[in-house]
Amino acid sequence: MQFWIIQGLNSLSLGGLLFLLSSGFSLIFGLMRLANLTHGAFFMLGTYFGAISLRNYSGLNIWVAALGAGIAVAAIGGLFERLILTRLKTNPLGQVLVTLGMSFIISDACLMFWGGDSIPVPTPQSLQAPTRVFGFVFPTYRLVLVGCAIAAAIALYFLLERTRLGAMIRAGVDDRQMARAVGIPVSRLFTIVFCLGAGIAGAGGVLGGPILSAYPGLDGDMLPLALIVVILGGIGSLLGAFVGSFIIGFIYTFGSALFPELAYIILFLPMIFVIAFRPQGLFGRVGA
Amino acid sequence: MASDALSLTNVHAFYGDSHILHGVSFSLRPGGVLALLGRNGAGKTTCISTVVGFLTPREGEIKLFGESIAGLSPERISRLGIGLVPQGRRIFPSLTVRENLIVAGQRENKSEKPWNIERIYSMFPRLQERHTQLAGTLSGGEQQMLAIGRALMGNPRVLLLDEPSEGLAPLIVAEVGRTIKRLKEEGQSIVLVEQNRQLALEVADQAVILNTGRCVFAGEASELNEDLIAQNLGVFRAH
Ligand SMILES: Nc1ncnc2c1ncn2[C@@H]1O[C@H](COP(=O)(O)OP(=O)(O)OP(=O)(O)O)[C@@H](O)[C@H]1O
Ligand SMILES: [Mg+2]
Repeated sequence: MQFWIIQGLNSLSLGGLLFLLSSGFSLIFGLMRLANLTHGAFFMLGTYFGAISLRNYSGLNIWVAALGAGIAVAAIGGLFERLILTRLKTNPLGQVLVTLGMSFIISDACLMFWGGDSIPVPTPQSLQAPTRVFGFVFPTYRLVLVGCAIAAAIALYFLLERTRLGAMIRAGVDDRQMARAVGIPVSRLFTIVFCLGAGIAGAGGVLGGPILSAYPGLDGDMLPLALIVVILGGIGSLLGAFVGSFIIGFIYTFGSALFPELAYIILFLPMIFVIAFRPQGLFGRVGA
Repeated sequence: MASDALSLTNVHAFYGDSHILHGVSFSLRPGGVLALLGRNGAGKTTCISTVVGFLTPREGEIKLFGESIAGLSPERISRLGIGLVPQGRRIFPSLTVRENLIVAGQRENKSEKPWNIERIYSMFPRLQERHTQLAGTLSGGEQQMLAIGRALMGNPRVLLLDEPSEGLAPLIVAEVGRTIKRLKEEGQSIVLVEQNRQLALEVADQAVILNTGRCVFAGEASELNEDLIAQNLGVFRAH
């Protein structure tokens, strides 16, 4: 019983992390029609920023580190979008190459600066004591992580559904050309959404640190999961990213625990069916 | 001499390699309504697309109250005062009625009596009744009202309407006609593309006829004669 409960919680916390990663990926794809293959690297960069700053400044807490890393990664993402991606607006293959190339550059830079050994991110002291619920013992940090993902989902929902900026973003997703014709500065929205997505991934990277640690290859481990989440949930759909993240969190966690040698098959096989029978994903719009 | 509200001079436009507009020239007087007529495929929408910046003219000049707008981005052109009611309406289907209007509101107001959401609602009460409804679920007529309201939210100095009566029931077409007249009375400068010639000529004081991307007539609506119409408009669509 303890096994199922603990793996269930692990699934939820992985799902939460996946949401922090894939919500931005999905928004960027929805608005910009850009598969940002740098997204995993943004997440990893966040983890490294968190690991290094927490190692070097003992007084720092993980929330401040996550905020700082989120802002730093958002700024890096913004520069990348402004300086390079804007030049490739009408060149999808170029975008794939450049975002993939950028992710290699970031991984190599991390390797160069911080070496090949994994760097742990300590769990905050106040959350180290386990929480007991109904006689079961839960790692408190993982519970808090799920809470963070839910809070991020609610905040994003309000931003997108309840503000003028959010409505402008959705108008751009609906009909980019017509949005420009009513005066919506779509290319500025691109930058905002790109920064936001990169920033959430960067902050998510820090928050995932205590579970994952910073290590070379973290980006490559995370990116395929983000892709799968978005394909499953539906591209550009926040709800899809949310539901998809938790489904994949469960499939991946239980798959690796029960059939470790089949984990990737268990993960990818359902995707093939989704693509074949429901290409728009669970919550995506047809034609989007 | 006061400048024209909108003027095109020798405009050439292409889709890729296909040359669609071959030196189009006409001008709209401030406060006037210009009917832009022509058969299917004559290049009316291409002309509109070039004015709003979807297409960049390869040659020629486009001026809005004397200021050149050719080659600017659509968002710049919109902010300078061109409002578009596009063919096919193209409202934002996943936004509510209200959101469709809000996203098109512009801060810099150019007119003394600016449009805002309340004024739009009082002109189209149906939109107010449905303000929280997703725009994609509106009827065709309601979508057309919304498309007009959305364009007005930008307080355009020149309003472009591309076939606003297309695909609508006669009763709704009449309402669109009344709306255009009302806007004209308020002094709104308008370019009206129409297949429904009767509707167009009821309100227009100027007219332009395009035929395969060339202006075959540009002048006062009253100067249009049956020969010109028969040669260049024909009867292609039942209306
Ligand atoms: N996106 C496009 N790419 C290539 N050619 C196009 C495109 N859009 C229109 N055309 C061509 O340009 C010409 C003019 O089309 P346009 O849409 O301007 O006509 P129109 O006068 O608006 O006709 P309608 O009354 O049917 O709306 C047509 O021959 C059409 O086939
Ligand atoms: Mg047309």
